[in-house]
Amino acid sequence: MSLATRYLGLELRNPIVASASPLSQDVAGVVALASAGVGAVVLPSLMEEVVRQREVDDFLEVARHEDAFGEATTYFPEPLLDEVDGVGQYLTLVREAAAAVDVPVIASLNGASLGGWTSIASQLAAAGAAAIELNIYAVPGDLSMTGASIEARHVEILRQVRGAVDVPVAVKLSPYFSNTGIVARDLVAAGADGLVLFNRFLQPDINPVTMSVEPGVYLSRPEDGRLPRAWIAVLRNEIGGASLAATGGAWSAGDVAKGLLAGADVVMVASALLEHGVGVVGEMLEGLQAWLAGTGLGLDRVRGALAVPAGDSAEATQRAGYVEALASARARWGDLGHL
Amino acid sequence: MRRIIDGNEAAADVAYRLSELCSIYPITPSSPMAELADEWASRGRANVYGSVPNVIEMQSEGGAAGAMHGALQGGALSTTFTASQGLLLMIPNMYKIAGELTPTVFHVAARSLAAQGLSIFGDHQDVMAVRQTGFALLASTSVQEAHDLALVAHAATLRSRVPFLHFFDGFRTSHELNTIDTLDDDVLRALVPESLVHEHRARALNPTRPFIRGTAQNPDVYFQARESVNPYLAQVPEIVQQAMDELATHSGRHYRIAEYTGHPQAERVVVAMGSGAQTATETVARLVERGEKVGALTLRLYRPFPAAAIVAALPRSVKRIAVLDRTKEPGSQGEPVLVDVVTALSDAVTAGSLPSMPIVIGGRYGLSSKEFTPGMVLAVLGELDAVAPRPRFTVGIHDDVSGTSLDWTEVDLEPEGTFRALFYGIGSDGTVGANKNTIKILGDRDGTNAQAYFVYDSKKSGGQTVSHLRFGSEPIRASYLITEADFVGCHHLGLLDVLDVVGHAKPGGVLLLNAPGDGEAVWASLTEPVQRAIIERRLRVHALDASAVARDTGMPGRTNTALQAAFFAISGVLEREPAIAAIKESIRKTYGKRGQEVVRRNEAAVDTALERLVTVPVPDAPTTDRPVPAVVPHDAPEFVREVTAAMMTGRGDDLPVSALPVDGTYPSGTTKYEKRRISDEVAVWDADACIQCGNCAFVCPHSVIRAKYYDESALHGAPESFESAPLNAVGLPQSRYTLQVYSEDCTGCGLCVEACPVTPPLQVGRKAINLEPAAEQFDTAPERVAFFESIELNDRSRVDYGTVRGAQFLQPLFEFSGACSGCGETPYLKLLTQLFGARLTVANATGCSSIYGGNLPTTPWTTNADGHGPAWSNSLFEDNAEFGLGLSAAADLHTDLARRRVTELRSELGGDLVDAILGSPQIGEAELAAQSLRVAELTDRLSALDSPAARDLRSVVDHLVRRSVWIVGGDGWAYDIGSGGLDHVLASGRNVNVLVLDTEVYSNTGGQSSKATPLGAVAKFAAGGKSAASKDLALQAVSYGSVYVARVALGADPEQTLRAFREAEAYDGTSLIIAYSHCIAHGYDLKFGLDQQKKAVDSAHWPLVRYDPVVRDRGGNPFMLDSPRPTIPLAEYRKRELRFRLLQASDPDEAQRLLDLAQHAADNRWDVYEEMATRGAERFAPDPRSRV
Repeated sequence: MSLATRYLGLELRNPIVASASPLSQDVAGVVALASAGVGAVVLPSLMEEVVRQREVDDFLEVARHEDAFGEATTYFPEPLLDEVDGVGQYLTLVREAAAAVDVPVIASLNGASLGGWTSIASQLAAAGAAAIELNIYAVPGDLSMTGASIEARHVEILRQVRGAVDVPVAVKLSPYFSNTGIVARDLVAAGADGLVLFNRFLQPDINPVTMSVEPGVYLSRPEDGRLPRAWIAVLRNEIGGASLAATGGAWSAGDVAKGLLAGADVVMVASALLEHGVGVVGEMLEGLQAWLAGTGLGLDRVRGALAVPAGDSAEATQRAGYVEALASARARWGDLGHL
Repeated sequence: MRRIIDGNEAAADVAYRLSELCSIYPITPSSPMAELADEWASRGRANVYGSVPNVIEMQSEGGAAGAMHGALQGGALSTTFTASQGLLLMIPNMYKIAGELTPTVFHVAARSLAAQGLSIFGDHQDVMAVRQTGFALLASTSVQEAHDLALVAHAATLRSRVPFLHFFDGFRTSHELNTIDTLDDDVLRALVPESLVHEHRARALNPTRPFIRGTAQNPDVYFQARESVNPYLAQVPEIVQQAMDELATHSGRHYRIAEYTGHPQAERVVVAMGSGAQTATETVARLVERGEKVGALTLRLYRPFPAAAIVAALPRSVKRIAVLDRTKEPGSQGEPVLVDVVTALSDAVTAGSLPSMPIVIGGRYGLSSKEFTPGMVLAVLGELDAVAPRPRFTVGIHDDVSGTSLDWTEVDLEPEGTFRALFYGIGSDGTVGANKNTIKILGDRDGTNAQAYFVYDSKKSGGQTVSHLRFGSEPIRASYLITEADFVGCHHLGLLDVLDVVGHAKPGGVLLLNAPGDGEAVWASLTEPVQRAIIERRLRVHALDASAVARDTGMPGRTNTALQAAFFAISGVLEREPAIAAIKESIRKTYGKRGQEVVRRNEAAVDTALERLVTVPVPDAPTTDRPVPAVVPHDAPEFVREVTAAMMTGRGDDLPVSALPVDGTYPSGTTKYEKRRISDEVAVWDADACIQCGNCAFVCPHSVIRAKYYDESALHGAPESFESAPLNAVGLPQSRYTLQVYSEDCTGCGLCVEACPVTPPLQVGRKAINLEPAAEQFDTAPERVAFFESIELNDRSRVDYGTVRGAQFLQPLFEFSGACSGCGETPYLKLLTQLFGARLTVANATGCSSIYGGNLPTTPWTTNADGHGPAWSNSLFEDNAEFGLGLSAAADLHTDLARRRVTELRSELGGDLVDAILGSPQIGEAELAAQSLRVAELTDRLSALDSPAARDLRSVVDHLVRRSVWIVGGDGWAYDIGSGGLDHVLASGRNVNVLVLDTEVYSNTGGQSSKATPLGAVAKFAAGGKSAASKDLALQAVSYGSVYVARVALGADPEQTLRAFREAEAYDGTSLIIAYSHCIAHGYDLKFGLDQQKKAVDSAHWPLVRYDPVVRDRGGNPFMLDSPRPTIPLAEYRKRELRFRLLQASDPDEAQRLLDLAQHAADNRWDVYEEMATRGAERFAPDPRSRV
């Protein structure tokens, strides 16, 4: 049974996409993922802060020693300094990865502020990125910004990038909006070709032994897939032809199937591959095939089968799910008393 | 086309377009010419004949000249760029090239020669040292001429077949930016048509029509053959004049080989060459306007000497002539131009073409870029007016020893309407860069001419810069510094206390201060003399806290953009709004390619500066009586107070001849008197958190972190600010420990913070030593340091030298150098002095280490409490190994002599003492200390004896304590220019030690590729990535079998470094230590230098090894691989450094290819090393020297 999928207007051989992770940070990794069978590869994010800071650091470092001492007013071949724009290595990765594999290679831009992204986005497109995934990642903690202004900034960043490139643009969102659905709809209205739900807020942890704060990087768990699936189910029939990608918690063929049923065009995987190796992709594809065969339905019929139908109240659906969940919990663990 | 460029670019632009090959070697101040040629070639710029010239960097100027000779004999149009010692190294080839009538042009930024001291600055000593080679010498007086006469030289050499040396004054012209009209390719082709090129090629060596050139000749014909070239030289003046005339038809600028300007009936005439001639000409023009009968003769062609043209150019009315030479020939009858002019005039009188001999006097001026001003020209003309003019004189100095100098008074003869601005900054603040930008903004406008000249001091960190800018509607020909400016910017407030900044502001002018606070606060912060000077000069004062603007706009330390905006806002040179728009446009143009964020922050700095600029109210009288602080302490030695302090405060020009040592000998240890306070942040010790490991003191490049332990009773009388902690060592109760930071000398590099292994709980990001605001530390630093120094030094014989923890207690005798903040070289030198300082003799190759180690005014090699310390000298760049070998040979000789005499005098001096002295192995600190005591006792006993043998012994008795002779230099010396000598020394078997401070690049001259530069690294002359592997100097040395060899990196394994230094010194033979030294030319914040050193080792870029012949002699494997197997790929080490990243950005494929090759080479080398480290001793070359 065909697993061919359309995502962001791109033709994919199947709906399993390798999401941004260390696995795709070099060409060999991208080749390995493609060989393992994924439908597309998202490259690790080009971090806005890193690029900007590196530009400034390089500038200051070089400038600090220029014109400071009579015997040497410079220390590097001048023309080359104009080449240091902070994105060179990433562009190389895009170029080489796109040339090395026959599945779409999607570049990812990670930033939180306005400005500067358009030129990088067009460079990425020129380097061969099949699409651009905008990972708009605002670290919570800034108490000076209102929810509305954060939402408006998302739309503005998308608009700028959308206007600068011809390739499709997807937005990877955080789930932490008062109404994620409206943000999603606004982004699609502003030109997003797809939405990737959700990026993860990597909360730092505290080490009581060293009494220090440690960065929080951990793999997802299967249950992390529920939140994106819920929102995908809500949005599937509300955003027209825009694509939806579920990301987070896809550890098995079953998880992929769930995403598709909720309405995802593709399901992204990373943690499972990091944990078990890229060979997992083959198993997932086999499992997906088997499941699809079992349903007797085609991929198109399955996709979105459990999404909130157009015109239905998402709230009602969610509420119903909530009520059911409580009922099921009671059945399993007894009455929870205060509920 | 009108452009603003400097003399180097002006000359190189023509030379490049008329050449097929440039073979060069970097040397100040000519290096930028070669670098530009390389830059153009790497961009694919073609010459006027359509090919891209080949730029070859050689291993020395001798090599460059040799390659050039070959290229010329091969028929290529070849050129080179050099100066000073470099030109001297070319002399042998110059004779050959000239003897074979080979057309070429050497472009020389004329520079002083190393005599009593080295100088990088300008005069004609170098070009005068080649006037006898057969080359034609053509001198330019200005930036425009450096461009125009470059073409004349290239045209004339091909027309005459006589090789040309085209020169202009180093720095004054080579580094002066000025508005010039550049020549199009068409003009170049018109003067140097391809037919001339073809003739040159036709004379080349060619097996299809072979001949032999370069024969050996006998007494029968050599002489005649030497005379055979005369007709070629004879026609040069005419050919050069012809080329100048042709140039005039194309450019409208007419030059003469000997050009007279002035009154047609002049009676007094000054003759000069180079930029001084321009000053003479301009001064004379003003005097002629006043009706004075004076003139100036500019000599452009100096060889072949255009006697006829000179005689013809001089007005017949001339009665007295002063010939100025920018050189010195000690012991001569007169300097060369003088002698030549006198001879020309005398010949003319003899021939009857001149009726009578004028009075001719000669003077020296302008050595080492000494100022030559209109006032001095007046003094010379005044001397000509004297009843009996001095036949020989100097001008520009006060010669109270030989009485040669003329007195002079400065005069302002600059044309009305020239706007003059002075900016005082420090090296890293970008003042010079901003001013280069400013004159481009102003000079880009129609009808505006601009000039900029920059004066740097000799410190590589926090050095002073003074920018001299002029703008005006007339071409600017003032080739001297500005003494009174319409605008003065003081970009570093501390300079107000050191230099006479305000005194250079014109009355009614504008003063801009980089200072915090509102106007009143800024005024209150000034000293009484500064306030008084501002009031007396009626200056309008503005202030801007540019440091805060820089910080707030995310560019800490980069104050230039803000101050440039302030300059445009208040100087009145342009309307404010268009000026600001122009700055922003320029920012976008200059930084656009360096990233949008860079542009954004610079633009923000402009806006913020304009918002925060304040006016400083100037009252009618000073509001303080605070004096300018003393520059050096009152108890400093007299020489430091009288001489050194004058140099430090910009008054060195006023020092008379008598103030200076006659033979270049200066006192040791003077940096300690110069508390420069160059950093806003300094290291601060956290006594509670510290574990007393000594890492910070070990890595500190500036010796500002010192440690002592002492009995707690020593704390009696300590100032409150003095900190200490219990000593955390067993067996020493009641002992305290202090880690003293010499805050006023700290450069804020942060290496100590990175080296500190402690992270105190609950203090995120902090260590046991941290960078903190300097101001509060400066207040108490003097009393803390003074008290620390009053505590007794720890006994050297009780310190464990083998550990970093122990080494911190050894006194460094190399301190507070002017090296770059965070320098990777100086920690090794400091260690050298900690270990062997009292017995140390250092031969130092020219380069970074000779500059931060030996550049006046203050020098870092110092003495201990006994007055003992490193004896240091620098000979040259190329000869350092040989120089050190000589020092070592002298020491050996005198040690042998001393031992012989002691033996002879055994009975008089006491058998036990003599036996103990002669029998001492002098290995280990305790034994050396004992030997010192014995020798002191011997010296004491010797004073009672007065036999010839005793007197002889007294002269060498010091040698009975073993000396430690070290040859020190960088990789440019060891791998390239000094390679032959180093190789010879390594093969010599003599007991001398070599320390190579390996930065893998020419650091001092600005990052040119050396043979130590790694494969794939970008450097000047390797813009496409170094495409050859670096030399394995260690293995080369190992191959001799008799050399102790170590490769060390103190950031990776300090204890291995310590071990290597001690083993090398103890080894009775030649030792070589190659020390990894991080460097600003690697392109990253040097606070990560130690981390990079570790990665260099972890990636096997820099495997740590030792090869000890003693181990082999004992039957062990002498090759010890001290670093573990590689744990990271080379890419991981390289990713931080711009020298590698630049190629990644510009040519990713090539970067990857070279990285792969470098990784392959590193893997292979590791395998070889590993195999060597597991071999049996018998598979290594035995030490062939017989052991005594």
